[in-house]
Amino acid sequence: MPLAAVMADVLLAPWLVILPLAGALLAGLWPAAARWWGLLTALLTPVMALLLALQVHAQGPVILDLGGWAPPLGITLVVDGLASLMVLMTAGVGLAISLYALGYLGGTDRGRWFWVLWLWLWAAMNALYLSGDVFNLYVTLELVVLASVALVALAGGAAPLVAAMRYLLVSLLGSMAYLMGVALLYGAYGTLDLQGLGAQVVLSSAPMLAAVLMTVGLLAKSALFPLHVWLPPAHGSAPAPVSAALSALVVKVSFYLILRLWLTVFPALPLSGLDVLMGALAAGAVLWGGLMALRAPRLKQVVAYSTVAQVGYLFLLFPFLRAHPEGWKAVVFFAVAHGVAKAAVFLAAGTLQRAAGHDRLAELGAVMRGRLKTSFALGIAGAGLVGLPFTGGFIAKWLLVQTALEAGLWIWALVVLGGGLLAGAYVFRLLGPAFEPGPADRGRPLPAVMEWVPLALALLTIGLGFAGSPALSLLARTLAGGGG
Amino acid sequence: MATEPVSLQIYLACGTLLFVMGLHALVVRRHLLLKILAINIMGSGIFMVLLGVAAGGDGGVDPVPHALVITGIVVALSATAVALVLMLRVKAATGLARLPRSGPED
Repeated sequence: MPLAAVMADVLLAPWLVILPLAGALLAGLWPAAARWWGLLTALLTPVMALLLALQVHAQGPVILDLGGWAPPLGITLVVDGLASLMVLMTAGVGLAISLYALGYLGGTDRGRWFWVLWLWLWAAMNALYLSGDVFNLYVTLELVVLASVALVALAGGAAPLVAAMRYLLVSLLGSMAYLMGVALLYGAYGTLDLQGLGAQVVLSSAPMLAAVLMTVGLLAKSALFPLHVWLPPAHGSAPAPVSAALSALVVKVSFYLILRLWLTVFPALPLSGLDVLMGALAAGAVLWGGLMALRAPRLKQVVAYSTVAQVGYLFLLFPFLRAHPEGWKAVVFFAVAHGVAKAAVFLAAGTLQRAAGHDRLAELGAVMRGRLKTSFALGIAGAGLVGLPFTGGFIAKWLLVQTALEAGLWIWALVVLGGGLLAGAYVFRLLGPAFEPGPADRGRPLPAVMEWVPLALALLTIGLGFAGSPALSLLARTLAGGGG
Repeated sequence: MATEPVSLQIYLACGTLLFVMGLHALVVRRHLLLKILAINIMGSGIFMVLLGVAAGGDGGVDPVPHALVITGIVVALSATAVALVLMLRVKAATGLARLPRSGPED
């Protein structure tokens, strides 16, 4: 591959943090041009992310000491298959969200703040995915939280502000639990480095306590049932591009961190008991989120509860980690497929809401019949959430079921399939109004980009249906724990 | 670990106590200012544990936890600032500096 040969010596990883950070600063300093800085950043970052993924795929994982400073004083970046796949997903969905926001927010004053916060959030997420030590992970986690909370509050009004406040308190509680875990790990082993910790952790009380504190804190942030109550109001009441960013990307951040910790730092700790507990919570999430999505009266609430349900699948991770050495890869592919599909659904929902002036599901029929492109996007992305064939969701659920059956865990396979039925029911409920007879109405005029971007993302959901094997071979280049 | 001086164990115990007290107040108190203070108390507890860890190693004081505490204070300050502004906005929008008690499920 000549491209890989040229790219071999180029240091890409730092640019994935520098670019969005510079974009955020420029957008803040130069508010009149904020959205053009946003557009420029959104176009450049995915190119970098793609090159990074190709580089990792060709050369394998790289560990970088920034500025030549070795840890513990310096900052280490770990660039491996898992990190580069998450960065790539963030970049793809981030590009779509940015293009959509150009139309959704236009040149409004609110839009100006959106760009600063959104690019900041993007930089923080990339920094988190590439961080190589537990304390930098804490700092980047806080940056993600502060940017996300401010984005939720951007909508103004009582409901979004209360949702943002609740989200902030839950997130800070989670961060504190995580930081206590960091203190315990440093006290026990005298290092913060992920790989270094992984090489030393053995079964004893300090790492067990740290693992419990960190995992529970991050579970609250990932909104796993029953710690999910803050999510639907926060994701449902935010502006559409923000909802998409939170549901598709930010939820994955804390999931990624849990995965990274258990893959690298804690592989020596026993999972017995924990796997059943987490599997039961996952099943509870799939069931409860699905049922609430079936009875929520408003479009964006249905989509937000669908996120509660789909977060459940992510935490089948724990039964899989115990029973199947490759099982986590299926869960990561599911996270990517869900990220793309959920962003498409939230953006399409935002278009319909803007066109109709409300998002009461029962009264959306006319606008859904008038805006066929958007309804079509909603349908395809919805099929991705259900896991119908020819979508990324289908491959993801196929991998999940296959992993469960190979490991002899048929009960979790039943959870996946049963959750698919529930998802089918609420997605058909979303699309139902479009098929009722009645007049068609295009509603308020909208920029064309608000119709095309959800459609493009929905088509990407289908594209992901063919991306299973490249994604898995990228994930094979992931640094695992010192224990093996 | 068995030869730790008693004063170090006092630091670790007090740090843990502060963390638990903060957690309790965060759950029980309803006023948002008290909740924000509770999170800060949890943070102080963690910092105290880190300082104890710094003093506990062999061969003098370990500077790394001090760097962590200083960074942690900066992060806590920023988070507190955001939380206080948000609290004022919630008060302005709803008239109450507390979260509504009703379940957010609907």
